[in-house]
Amino acid sequence: MQHEPSAPAPAPTPTTEQTAHGTAVHPEPVTLPVTRTPGCPFDPPAELAELREQQPLRPMRYPDGHVGWLATGHSVVRAIAADPRFSSRYELLRYPLPGGPSGSLPPAPLGDLTGIDAPEHTRYRRLLAGKFTVRRMRQLATRVEQITADHLDAMERQGPVADLVQAFAHPVPALMICELLGVSPSDRARFQEHTAMLSSPDAAPEEQMAAMTALAECVRELVVAKRAHPTDDLLSDLTTSDLTDDELAGIGGFLLAAGLDTTANMLALGAFALLSHPAQAAALRGDPGLADQAVEELLRYLTITHTGLRAALEDVELDGQLIKAGDTVAVSVQAANRDPLKFPDPDTLDLRRKATGHLAFGHGAHQCLGQQLARVEMRVAFPALFRRFPTLRLAVPPEDVPLRDAMNIYGVHRLPVTWDKE
Amino acid sequence: MQLSIDRDRCIGAGMCALTAPEVFDQDDEDGLVLLRTAAPPPGLHATARLAAGLCPAAALTVIEQGGAGSSPPDTP
Repeated sequence: MQHEPSAPAPAPTPTTEQTAHGTAVHPEPVTLPVTRTPGCPFDPPAELAELREQQPLRPMRYPDGHVGWLATGHSVVRAIAADPRFSSRYELLRYPLPGGPSGSLPPAPLGDLTGIDAPEHTRYRRLLAGKFTVRRMRQLATRVEQITADHLDAMERQGPVADLVQAFAHPVPALMICELLGVSPSDRARFQEHTAMLSSPDAAPEEQMAAMTALAECVRELVVAKRAHPTDDLLSDLTTSDLTDDELAGIGGFLLAAGLDTTANMLALGAFALLSHPAQAAALRGDPGLADQAVEELLRYLTITHTGLRAALEDVELDGQLIKAGDTVAVSVQAANRDPLKFPDPDTLDLRRKATGHLAFGHGAHQCLGQQLARVEMRVAFPALFRRFPTLRLAVPPEDVPLRDAMNIYGVHRLPVTWDKE
Repeated sequence: MQLSIDRDRCIGAGMCALTAPEVFDQDDEDGLVLLRTAAPPPGLHATARLAAGLCPAAALTVIEQGGAGSSPPDTP
């Protein structure tokens, strides 16, 4: 369904309005809490918990003046993400963080699955889902083990001290996604140079734009090469579909980008969290059977992708509130994953809990396509890291670890670690 | 317990095959859900229900014995 996003709403007066149910009230719109408490790098901004407790779905004023919504409760976030009356099309959405683009966002570039709706989305998803099944991703475990072991070897030779991000967390998923897509070993250095620039805290915006363009060009060359000489990889497989070269290049770039910063930051921030909770790290080291559960709990506890966005395509009544057509809804996945109604004692990292049902990969039609790959990478990498370095610890005070506060994907820029040499 | 799947809704996320591999599988070609058994034995009822509740696309329906089709419950 097509519809025009509403113009930015005028500054609302702090009135109390009756909902359609005549029960709940509209409090004055809040702004999105973005500041984490110093010294608590693993916890979402504290104000989110207060907002969730007061009213899990409430009006929110976006930086461009648009008055939309903020969802913080687990059940309401889950419901919105799964409801086709809410669109994911970028051009209908307002940016929730200060300093971002004003007004509606530009439409999704070709191949970007997160910013489109059915039926377009369904078509792409159908072509890709078979390449990321649980079975296929588990078959990659041996390869993940090799890559992990190689990088831990290199880290051991290099240190102590080493930056866990550079030595381990970034290259392992980068190599895996390159292999999956079919980037040849000779081209990998070039790819990695550009992808490292994309997530570098020191890169200027122009440098990042240039890296993005260069990466897109690399992917395009790869698509042309695979069409001419198919090999045994995902992009080659896709050349037999009805996708155009433009679509293939877009999808290739999207998969590459989606597979990098996400898992890399889960590995780095996860290692930081485990180093800060030594009893939990010891539990993981001592019990290989804990790995699957531990990964789910780390996903829940850290929730590195904080906020999803949807726009109502029609008036929707939810939780006693009336969301009007055109309203943007920010779904705070990190707040949902700390909802005590869903997870008892939610602010405690407990690898032995059943964190099943967390929303770290999202929910609904857009739930992460690569989640089974991410799971395999993490279930191999975390135990291997802590087994290889039983004395692993931070090489700097925890408050000196630089955090990705301003990034869409949360995590750490660097994680200096040290260990006792045998 | 009877299970039914809606392959039109399925997005191939794999939560069912991950959660209840004895009951659900994924097609190697398109990643969409396949039923290993439409009537799982009682020992698998709990995981089958859990898998249905976790499906991001509500593509799995659990029909309890003697009852009508239920919408999948949320996870416990």
